[in-house]
Amino acid sequence: MDMNTMPKLPKVSRRTFVVGTAAAGTGLAIGMKMPPFGPGAVRAQDTVPEITQWVVIKPDDTVVIRIARTEMGQGTLTGLAQMVAEELECDWSKVTTEYVTPGQSVARKRAWGDFSTGGSRGIRESHEYVRKGGATARTMLIQAAADAWKVPAGECSAANSVITHNPSGRKVTFGKVADAASRITPPKDVALKDPKTWKVIGKPVKRLDTVDKLTGKQVYGADLKMPGMLNAAIMECPVFGGKIKSFDSAKVASRKGVKKVLQVGDSAVAVIADTWWQAKTALDALPIVWDEGPNAKVSSASIAETLKAGLDADQAFVGNDAGDAKGALAGAAKKVEAVYAYPYQNHACMEPMNATAKYTADKCEVWVPTQNGEAAFAATLAASGLPADKCEVYKIHCGGGFGRRGAFHDYVTQAVLIAKQIPGVPVKLLYSREEDMRQGRFHPVTQCKLVGGFDASNNLVGLHMRISGQSILSSVRPEALVKGMDPATFQGLARGGEFEYGYGGIPNLLIDHAMRNPHVPPGFWRGVNINQNAIYAECFMDELAFAAGQDPLEFRRKLMAKNPKHLAVLNAVAERVGWNKPAAKGVFRGLAQMKAFNSYVAACAEVSVDGNKVKVHRIVAATDPGYAVNPAQIERQIAGSFVYGLSALFDQECTVKNGRIVEENFNSYACMKIAQMPKVESIVMPSGGFWGGIGEPTICVAAPAVLNAMAAAMGGKRIRSFPLKNHGITLV
Amino acid sequence: MAKLNINGKPYDVDVDPTTPLLWAIREQVGLTGTKYGCGVAQCGACTVHIDGSPVRSCVMPVSAAEGKKITTIEGLAVNGVLTKVQKAWHDHEVPQCGYCQSGMIMAVTSLLNSKPKPTDADIDAAITNICRCGTFQQVREAIHAAVKA
Ligand code: FES
Ligand code: FES
Repeated sequence: MDMNTMPKLPKVSRRTFVVGTAAAGTGLAIGMKMPPFGPGAVRAQDTVPEITQWVVIKPDDTVVIRIARTEMGQGTLTGLAQMVAEELECDWSKVTTEYVTPGQSVARKRAWGDFSTGGSRGIRESHEYVRKGGATARTMLIQAAADAWKVPAGECSAANSVITHNPSGRKVTFGKVADAASRITPPKDVALKDPKTWKVIGKPVKRLDTVDKLTGKQVYGADLKMPGMLNAAIMECPVFGGKIKSFDSAKVASRKGVKKVLQVGDSAVAVIADTWWQAKTALDALPIVWDEGPNAKVSSASIAETLKAGLDADQAFVGNDAGDAKGALAGAAKKVEAVYAYPYQNHACMEPMNATAKYTADKCEVWVPTQNGEAAFAATLAASGLPADKCEVYKIHCGGGFGRRGAFHDYVTQAVLIAKQIPGVPVKLLYSREEDMRQGRFHPVTQCKLVGGFDASNNLVGLHMRISGQSILSSVRPEALVKGMDPATFQGLARGGEFEYGYGGIPNLLIDHAMRNPHVPPGFWRGVNINQNAIYAECFMDELAFAAGQDPLEFRRKLMAKNPKHLAVLNAVAERVGWNKPAAKGVFRGLAQMKAFNSYVAACAEVSVDGNKVKVHRIVAATDPGYAVNPAQIERQIAGSFVYGLSALFDQECTVKNGRIVEENFNSYACMKIAQMPKVESIVMPSGGFWGGIGEPTICVAAPAVLNAMAAAMGGKRIRSFPLKNHGITLV
Repeated sequence: MAKLNINGKPYDVDVDPTTPLLWAIREQVGLTGTKYGCGVAQCGACTVHIDGSPVRSCVMPVSAAEGKKITTIEGLAVNGVLTKVQKAWHDHEVPQCGYCQSGMIMAVTSLLNSKPKPTDADIDAAITNICRCGTFQQVREAIHAAVKA
């Protein structure tokens, strides 16, 4: 997410730092006082030498690189290690990693900075200080060797974990001087290497976390085992905002393995048993009466009505404007108009939400797959009622995150509230898939009305894009609203910055948002608002080109003269796909481009349509992320993002009925399979000088590129509401 | 009490006979490489081999697995030597989060056992596992590489 538009933590006053944790749907921020991140960081008292907070070197030369962000599949762990290793000049084959804990970080004046791993920010927002951590450590190691040799440090250099005294040729390995280096006062400032000299950054080095994922050895949160541990299954009121009225524990109390039936907060019930299967089956058998509250009648249809009214409402927040769009449209020779709609969707991480907690009066510990260790820590403090020095959170690699495990730690709160009722006993709370699907933090629902106007010679003179629908920030981080406006709504459509709209050549432009917030809790879903915004903006751009009788690529190019980097990625995909030459018989092409999370991305899809069956043969994708830390992993993120995005386009909707979500498992919420996978060709074209995200940006161009190709195949016929399964269309 | 043979070892597990094999493997036997993703035979994360054939263990009662040869992901590599499928997975860096990959590897291993040279169409028909990270492009590459290995 973007620094300008996204949930930034409130600015640091000199001494305190507030980490917000959003309580489900209420927007309640729990303030946790934390020292600022900075040079005051306290040194560790480790038995193995910590050179800087990022680097530990063992006597056998093993390099341990500390990681504060989270690995959830996107490769951040390896990318961050590459950044540190580059400056450290260590032997890459000796690199291992370890997570730091938020409790330690707080105790050491926030030594490791931000833990948040969302908004594709893992690398782009920490590249400088982790590289400095590596460079500082290298400087100290060299100094230690120079001291031992009694020579000036300037005569020494480091490469591959070996320090050399250049004039004499003497050599020593990092491990031999690590202990001495750890006692040296770190230099105040260190220079970073010129990107042109990078040896590890920019290389497709192998991920550091693969082997254990092949043998079953990798321990996920759902796999944790501890002595004396009990297991919890939970059900929260399926109608958002509802509460528990009553439940009949006696009906399940005597079942084998069942230990307790507990109320959790005012809206959930948990069964605690020896095994999770016992807990889950007992919960299924437990009679629960809900007070469903005021939302029990809400449906997808009633939500759609509310949003529809917003399309023509007088009041709207203006996110981007130039010239006089309304005037230009009023005077246009020809107008084109369309309305699009995008549904609620669930992250459906492969590993359901879970957390393990152990509580005593003077210690609360939580083990959790989380995208934000500090937010999990804040949730632990709040739920336990204990101060920071009595809490700790241990992060675990996530079995997928996609935004569900970042801003929300409802499962941590619940695990701690359960553990508090069984002091001294570790309890693992695991959601069933059904609970995970019911209690999502959903991709927000919006509609969009677009009106474009042409002059008599088919030049686009004005465009009005009216979004109506749900704001994520007003629910999750109301403090990040700007005079009531949710700037994140305009991701990919903004005037400038990390989500800059790419058509600076439109003379009269208005993009505005009529905020309509249904009761379903929204969240950040991989790509966040670029998913629907790219469909709205880029499909309508094709509609305009079609209306003007112009080639969609040429039509776009004319409007992109002020946006050379947007244009460069678009041109790259057009060239690779051979846009100027006809596609194979029966195959049609579609384009899309966007700037998101500070990266420029574009795609060209090749599809064929046979009745209601759509085959996506190939997608060529380009990204300019400024710097490409690991091109092999970038290619995997691009292909993976298309699976996520196309699953959403074709098959995924969380339907609301009687105030709750209808789809509770993968049989009604389908995900793409290998048979449907197009061939993805990636063009990674870093132009340097800025840092863009990787995990999310490309997701948004797959859907509009495919939709534009489908429209080309269907003679201009367009589908404007999603998912496509609602129109009987399947991806084959 | 059910008697199970998992990865060549006998286990007595004390569970209700209707308990899905998945949960007996994970919670009684303690082998957690086999994953829970859906519980309704949709995702394939729980895939194990029963007498060599792929089975979604979340919907097989433990009673139905008695007396059969059960292989889990932990039973593939012998003495730490990766199988050719695991090796191809490693070389092609298939896993992202990895959560689906135990099931994916079990499904592919059994495909290659029954069809040593699968076509893309064979792969499409046999491999119906869900991977939310979207590793399919690498899965396909790695299958073809494993065939050549
Ligand atoms: S957990 Fe068995 S198929 Fe999903
Ligand atoms: S690798 Fe994450 S779900 Fe497949």
